[in-house]
This record gives sequence, C-alpha cells and structure tokens, in this order.
Amino acid sequence: MLRFILKRLLSLGLSLIAASVVIFFAIEIIPGDPARLMLGINATQDAVDALRSQMGLDQGLLPRYWLWVSGLVQGDFGISYTYRVPVAEMVQGRVWVSLPLALYALGLSTLIAFPIGILAASRRGTWADWLVMGGTQLGIAIPNFWFAMLAVSLLAIKYRLFSAGGFPGWEDPFLAIKALTMPAFVLALPQASILARVMRSALLDTLSEDFMRTARAKGRTVRGALVHHALRNAMIPVLTILGLQFSFLLAGAIIIEKIFFLPGLGSMIFTAITQRDLIVVESVVMLLVFAVIIVTFIVDITYALVDPRLRRRP
Amino acid sequence: MKKAFKMPGFAIGFTMATVFVLAAFLSFFWTPYAVDGVDIANKLLAPSGTNWFGTDHLGRDIFSMVMVGARTSIAVAIVAVGIGVLLGVPLGLAAAARQGSLLDEVIMRGNDLIFAFPALLIAILITAVFGASAVNAIIAIGIFNIPVFARISRGAALSLWTRDFVLAARVAGKGRVRISFEHILPNITNLLIVQGTIQFSLGILAEAALSYIGLGAQIPTPSWGRMLADSQTMVSFAPHLAIFPGMAIIFTVLGLNLMGDALRDLFDPKQRRDRQ
Amino acid sequence: MKRILMGASALALIATGAMAANTSIVIGDQLEPPHLDPTAGAAGAIDNVVYANIYEGLTRFASDGSVIHGLAKSWDISDDGLTYTFTLQNGVKFHDGSDLTASDVLWSLNRARAEDSVNAQKTLFASIADVSAPDDTTVVVTLSAPNGNFLFNMAWGDAVILNEGDDTEALKTKPNGTGAFTFTNWVQGDSITLTRNENYWGEPAKLESATIKYISDPTAAFAAVMAGDVDAFPTFPAPENLAQFDADPRFSVIVGSTEGETILATNNKMPPFDNVKVREALAHAIDRNAIIDGAMFGYGTPIGTHFAPHNPAYLDLTPQSNYDPELARKLLVEAGYPDGFTTTLKLPPPSYARRGGEIIAAQLRAVGIETEVTNLEWGQWLEEVFKGKDFGLTIVSHTEPMDISIYADPDYYFQYGSPAFQTLMEELNTATDVATRFGLMQDAQRMIADDYVNGYLFQLAKTGVANADIRGLWENAPTQATDLTAVYWDH
Repeated sequence: MLRFILKRLLSLGLSLIAASVVIFFAIEIIPGDPARLMLGINATQDAVDALRSQMGLDQGLLPRYWLWVSGLVQGDFGISYTYRVPVAEMVQGRVWVSLPLALYALGLSTLIAFPIGILAASRRGTWADWLVMGGTQLGIAIPNFWFAMLAVSLLAIKYRLFSAGGFPGWEDPFLAIKALTMPAFVLALPQASILARVMRSALLDTLSEDFMRTARAKGRTVRGALVHHALRNAMIPVLTILGLQFSFLLAGAIIIEKIFFLPGLGSMIFTAITQRDLIVVESVVMLLVFAVIIVTFIVDITYALVDPRLRRRP
Repeated sequence: MKKAFKMPGFAIGFTMATVFVLAAFLSFFWTPYAVDGVDIANKLLAPSGTNWFGTDHLGRDIFSMVMVGARTSIAVAIVAVGIGVLLGVPLGLAAAARQGSLLDEVIMRGNDLIFAFPALLIAILITAVFGASAVNAIIAIGIFNIPVFARISRGAALSLWTRDFVLAARVAGKGRVRISFEHILPNITNLLIVQGTIQFSLGILAEAALSYIGLGAQIPTPSWGRMLADSQTMVSFAPHLAIFPGMAIIFTVLGLNLMGDALRDLFDPKQRRDRQ
Repeated sequence: MKRILMGASALALIATGAMAANTSIVIGDQLEPPHLDPTAGAAGAIDNVVYANIYEGLTRFASDGSVIHGLAKSWDISDDGLTYTFTLQNGVKFHDGSDLTASDVLWSLNRARAEDSVNAQKTLFASIADVSAPDDTTVVVTLSAPNGNFLFNMAWGDAVILNEGDDTEALKTKPNGTGAFTFTNWVQGDSITLTRNENYWGEPAKLESATIKYISDPTAAFAAVMAGDVDAFPTFPAPENLAQFDADPRFSVIVGSTEGETILATNNKMPPFDNVKVREALAHAIDRNAIIDGAMFGYGTPIGTHFAPHNPAYLDLTPQSNYDPELARKLLVEAGYPDGFTTTLKLPPPSYARRGGEIIAAQLRAVGIETEVTNLEWGQWLEEVFKGKDFGLTIVSHTEPMDISIYADPDYYFQYGSPAFQTLMEELNTATDVATRFGLMQDAQRMIADDYVNGYLFQLAKTGVANADIRGLWENAPTQATDLTAVYWDH
C-alpha cells in the first residue's frame, strides 16, 4: 500500500511540473501587449516602454518561468499586472465564492440524484423508471447557459424571486446562499442527471450479483436488499463520479459565473484573459489544475483502500 | 443495424439526430432565405407562415439560420471526434501492445495530464491564444477527445491480448502492430462507435458553449451558440430568438445520447449499463 | 386597539422616513478599471470612478461639455497667450488631511510632462514650457506657443492634481484626491465603494455613499437593473432594452450625447484603400440609418465627418457620403475594381462594432466587397490594429473630446498623413480667436470628408437608465465620467 501511495505521489509531482511548463509557455504566447492595453490607444510608445520595464516584461522567458514557479511553491502567486495587487489576495476572495458554489451544486446534485436514482433502480421497467431515465436524458442535453438565460429571465426579471446575479458577500449568510441558489441549481441539473444514471446502473449491477440474490433468497424485499447491501456497494462508482464532478464544478463554472456576474475564480480567469493579465491566468489555471490533480489523487487512494485489487493497477 | 431499429430508444434518437443532419445537408443547396443578407426593416418578426421561426435582430430568417447552424455544429463535432479517434485509438492500442513499458507509462500519464486540465478552461485559453474561430474550437474540443479514446481502446485491447485468437496470431509470428490493427481494432469498433456517439453529442454542447462566449464560429458563419449569444439581451421581448436554436441543440444532443445508449445496450447486452 | 393602530402608523411613518433618507446608490458600469490613478493609464474606466468624485484638476468639464472652474478659483491669461496665472481655491484638503498648495500643482504638472511619465495623454502637456509656484495659492504656467485649448486640456482626467510626494504606486489601489468623495473599498472584479468627504472644500455631495458595481455582460446588466440590484446604469450597453425600461414606470431612460465618433476606420496606406476612389465607394456603400437602426436600435446621430454634432462648429456633411450602392459600384469600376475585392474587417468587443460589423459586411458584399470578419478582444485589437496596423477595416468609437487632431498624426493607425491637414492643425493650435478657430475647425472637417479618410457612421449616444427617483446624473458625456457630486434621491 505504501509503495502504491509513493508511486501515485511521484506521478502527482511529475504531473504538476508538466502542467506548470505547459501552462506557462502556452500562456506567454497569447498575443497582446499588457502594457499597451493598460495605457490605451492614445498612449505614446515611450510611456508603454516605461511601463513594460516597470512590470518586468522586458526580461527573458526562462527567468520569468523560474521566478513564477519558485514563487508558487512558497505560496506567492505574483502580482496582478492589471490590478497591481497580489494574486493570492484576489484568489482568496474568489475562492469563497467558487468553492461554496461548487459544494452547493454538488450537494444539490446529490440530493436530487440519490432519491431518483434509487427510485428508478428499485422500480426498474416501470413508468417511474422511464420518467427518470427520460428526464435525466433531457437534463444532460440542455445546455446549462441556455437554462441559465431562461431562469434569469423568468425568476429574476419576470417574477423577481431572486436577484439576477452578483454576490453580496458572506456578512449575511442567508443573502449569500440565496444569491448562489439559482447558479448552483443551474450547475447541478446536468450533474444530477448524470449522477442519477450512474446511481441507477451501479445499483442494478450489484443487484444482479450473487450475494444479493442470496440476500433476497433469505427473504429480504427488493427495497430492503437495496438499502442494506446494494447501496453500499454502489457507492464506489458514485464516489468516483462525485470526485470528477467536484473538480469540474470548481473549474467549469466559468460561463455560469459570467451569466450571474459572480466574482468567482472562473470569471476572474475570463476577465484576466481579456485584460491580458498573464500572471493571474497562469496562477489561477495552475491552482485549478492542482485542485483537480489532488482530488483525483484522493479518489485513487480511497479507491485502493476500498478495493485492494486496484493497487496493482499499472 | 436492423436490430438497432427495433429498440425504441435508438429509433427515436436516430430520427431526432437525422432531422438535423438532413437539414445541415439541405442547407448547402437550399434555405428558405439567404442567411448572409441583412434586412433591418424586417427585424424581430414573430414566427409566422412566411418566417416559420421568425426573424432575428438583423432581419434574418431564424429557420434558415438554424439549418445552417446545424452544419457548423455537426462539422465541428465530427472533426473533433475524428481527431480523438485518429490520435487516441493508435495511442491506446500502442499502450496496450506494450503494457507496462515506458511507452505505456508515458502515454497514460500524458492522458492523465490532459484530464487534469479543466476542459472548458483550456478551450478558452486555446481560442484566446490562437484567435477565436471554428477551426480553433475544433482543435480545443478535439484535444480532449484524444485521452478519452486512448483510455477506452487501451482498456478494451488489454483484455483482448489475453484471448486465444490473439495468442494464436502471435504464435503464427505476427508482429504487435499487425495484431493491433488486424485483430484488436476490429473487435473494439463497437465500443468506439458507442463512445463516438457520446463524444459527438458532447462536442455539439461544447461548440455551442464556446460560440456562446464568442470563441467559436465567427460571423458570417451561423452557429447555434452564437445565435443564443446574440439574442440573449432580447429574450425578454423576443423569446423566439433563444427558443429555436436552444431546442435545436437539445434535440440533436438528446437524439445522439439516446442512440448511444441503445447501441451500448445492443453491443453489450450482458451488462446493459447505462451511460455515465 | 387604537394604540396598536397608532403604533402601526408610526411604524409606517418611520418606514417612509427611512425611504426618504435614501442616501446611498449602486451604479452599474461595464468596464472595471485596472487601477485608480488617472494620470498613469488609459483614462476611460478609471475616470468613470475618480473624475470629479475623487480627483479634481485646475479646470473641469460640466455636463454640457463647457470648461468651468475646478481647483483654480480664477485665472489670468497674458495678452500674448503664453502665460496663465491660476489662483487656487481656499481651504482645499486632500483626503489624507494634508492641504492643497501650489507646489502640489507644480509637482503634478511636472510629473505628467516628464520624460519618464507614464501619463497616457502626454500631448495635453506638450505646450507647457515652465511651471512655477510664486506663493502657496498661485501657479504660473508658461507655454512655448499660444494654445487655444490649454484650459480645455487641463480639464481632462489625465490632468488632475495629486498630493506632492505621495507614493504613486500606492495611489493605484488607494487614491488620495481632493474631491467630494473618498475612496473606501475595492473588491477586485466586483465593485468599488466611495464615501462622502465630510471635509470637502466646495458644495458637499448629497449622497453619503456610492457603490460602483462591475457587470460586463449586457444581459446581466439588463437583468441587474430590472431586478433592482443596481440603481442606475449611466452607460447602458444594450440599446435594444431601452424601450422596455422606457415603458416601465420604475425607470427613466436618459439619452444624451457623447464625444464618440463611431467610424469605419480604413487603413489609408493599404491597397486598395490608398485609392481615394475606393474610399469614396466605401462611403456610398454604407447605409448609416440601417446601422443606427439595426445595431443601436435607433440611438445615434449620423455624421459625415469626424466631429461631434452638438459642437457649435459642427458641419453636417452627411449628404456628401449618402447611401448610393449604384454610385459605389460605379466608383469601384473607375478605380479599377470592377469585380470588387476582399479585405479584412476586425471588430473590437462593443456591440456597436460587432453588430455594426455584421451589417456593414452585408452592405459591402452588396457592392462586391467581400470582408473576412474577425472578432478581437481589446488587447488583440490594440496589438493588431492600433499598433500593428494589420487591418483593412475596423469599427471603433473615438470617445476623446475634440479629437480631430488625431488625423494630423501620419502614424496614427488609419495612416492619413496629409501634410495639408497637418498645417491646418498647427494653425488651429496657435489660434486663440473664436471665429478663426471655428473657421479652421470647419476646414478640417471638410478636408477629411473630401478625402473620405474613414467611413463616418454615427455619433454614439449616451444611453443610460436609472431608477425614476434619481436626479442629478449627467445627461451627456463630454468626457468619460460618472459625476456623482450632484446626485440625489427624490421621493
């Protein structure tokens, strides 16, 4: 087991290094001079050059890469070109929007998916099953930004039940949660659909296994068997999907954050790209990739703990 | 194939997807109105007998634009799946043929690396670096199809390498490359078709999302995602602008997913697993 | 029972009292500034926060575009037009408590015109030969040549007065000005909060606090105003929604003028646009009214030259480039392009450019000119079009006031480079007599219209929307600013 963890750790480290190289060099070739952008169209070339050297843009690529990576390791994400404040400071504020949003969406997704997944599995072949399977197909097919557009136009503009977007901060937790509700729901819908389907098929798989037949032969009802045996065994694939969904939600909320003008990590990257704020883009993308790699690592380890056969996986 | 059509899911899905594929083909030869003309005097007309889906803010016929938009979506998604299959399958087969070797390790770690990048984010980066266009959208979506196909073909190929008919071929002196293409590949095509259908539908959603944020197909190429983006400020007074392109996306994706599920059940009746 | 009723009405009174005392406002804006120092960066988004609210200059713009007193109480101009003697207002304090003295002005002006200055508008200060401060309240500026625009130049946001010796790096996130509002907080990517300056030297602001909230997406902006999340959006990005606001008694729509000449900028050095006949054909191929109607939903005034229609010196030259596709085709044949040609059309993000671009592409196609359309972010636009001059056509709104002088710069991105026009501008710069200046300005307008330098489309309208109870917002935009000093709630 120790050997397995060490091996995974090594590959985790290599992945991080490879990711940092890819990110840095990919982003450094984005066209557009940040100094020119900051000074605007009527600025003189002198002024632009002065600003470039102030920002250290006249140094070579390699020294800049080295500075960036060594800073990252020490938790120093650099200073934003555009806002002139430490990126770490900006990220801190944003994480408290993106992280709760991802968790909220994940929670909603689970809350919706578990009951309907179990329902569909226990009533296999009935109209309830068909309804769940059809509804989840639809849930996967609806583009979430389209759904968000309609939700805003109905719930915020027409009926004024929710505010159209924005985030009031955590001073008043009720308002904060209310502001995250519509975006979280929009994000959760396709995830819940996928999760419910995984749940159903995982349950059906375990139901067909021998020990379940034995349990049923011993006189348990279908539902009893489900709750007592199948559910626990079905958790493995479900947890894997949850891990994947969490990293997806953390990074993939860009469009939804933009529609609801939430000050989260996604919208931060989006504006940073348009502002050519390379330091911010690099550091935040790296942070997200780091989060995804860590979540994958944790899922792998948990998996191996549950199922020792997997430790020999190449 | 006949068997497939007996499954209601496949039949429904096939019909839904085919409507849009046919519309895309037809749009090369005929659309009710030209989509590159601007007719301000007739802007924002509600759906009617002359303009079935109404007109947009520049007076263009939405029905015609949805037809041409189908072309863009389908082309982008097909090429992106093509990239995934053409690069991912050989990589996966190679990794399986040399299981445990350095090559296998490099390919699989490379896969993990791509998986670790948040897909949409990288697609945005790619289009920001190289400019927004349909071609770059294809590349951005295609890159993420490579590890999907590499992983699935490696997994399937690994179990085939232990089968008797492969062992027989090895005894007969066939090389690993030859075996991979002559014996392994034909036996995993079913799996690839199922995965291809699913990636195809994901590609259509991704193209719509990229175009929606302005990083996909550019004017004058109509695209469902861009139609939604253009119309979003007008949804409250001209909902038909958003409803028809949105429905087109939903129908196509739904159709493809139903097909994919039915095919999976057909090819793998033992498990009858539903798609994840 | 009676007591309870009375209690209830008392509560109601308190409630309405609280309503009447509404002293804060949430303003929506599209572009967040990169930092808050207007003397060290592209002014637009920065001035939308700080101009008149936090920072003040010697002179300032009023809502109608006239130049009025700022930190200078009065000024004397010598007969030769070379020496300006400014007397400063009394009792002016910076937000950190220090007094404004003449040496602050001296320091600010010298910093702006210095060799290593990062001021984005260095040309505003180009005519200054010397600045001196004989005493604490007097500043003497000597010019190298008479400049009829000098007081106008000093009203720009780039010419505001800073506190001598302040750490200019720190000012970028914590401005220290003399204005009626002090800076309170900035949540990057979200909002900036200002609070009333209780020690203001002039008429104090009526609002106690103001929040400027950044919403870049037009749809989100619409939703935010409709849902009441923001109280006013002075420059509302989606003209298509204004009719809905107008029909809703909760809101008032404020339509005024801006300094934004929206043009189809043409690369005058790139064939075939180096041929004036081709440019003339372009001018006749474009239907301005369709563009205003289609892209701006009717908001905007057609222009036929690079000059603001609300300026008294404006000439209406639109008939000279009327919509006439037949004539355009004929001119293309005369120029040697009977089958038309293909060129590039590069569009920055605003909807006037993106939507206008679709319409113009269709109109040009109708006369045989094919365009390859590319959408660019501002950064790419600056790099490729503005700096790299790698474009055939582009659409952009020039929002600086009185900016016809950009045509005198032969290296400016559309590369006009007419020596006759440059001479004309030199004459204008040194002329101080109003009648002479008007005459020269009109000559300049005619000259660029006759040369069809660019396609002149329309003057951008300032379309704002606000809660119907808000008073005192600027109707026009003589410069980029959200002047909140006179804004109040009227219940």
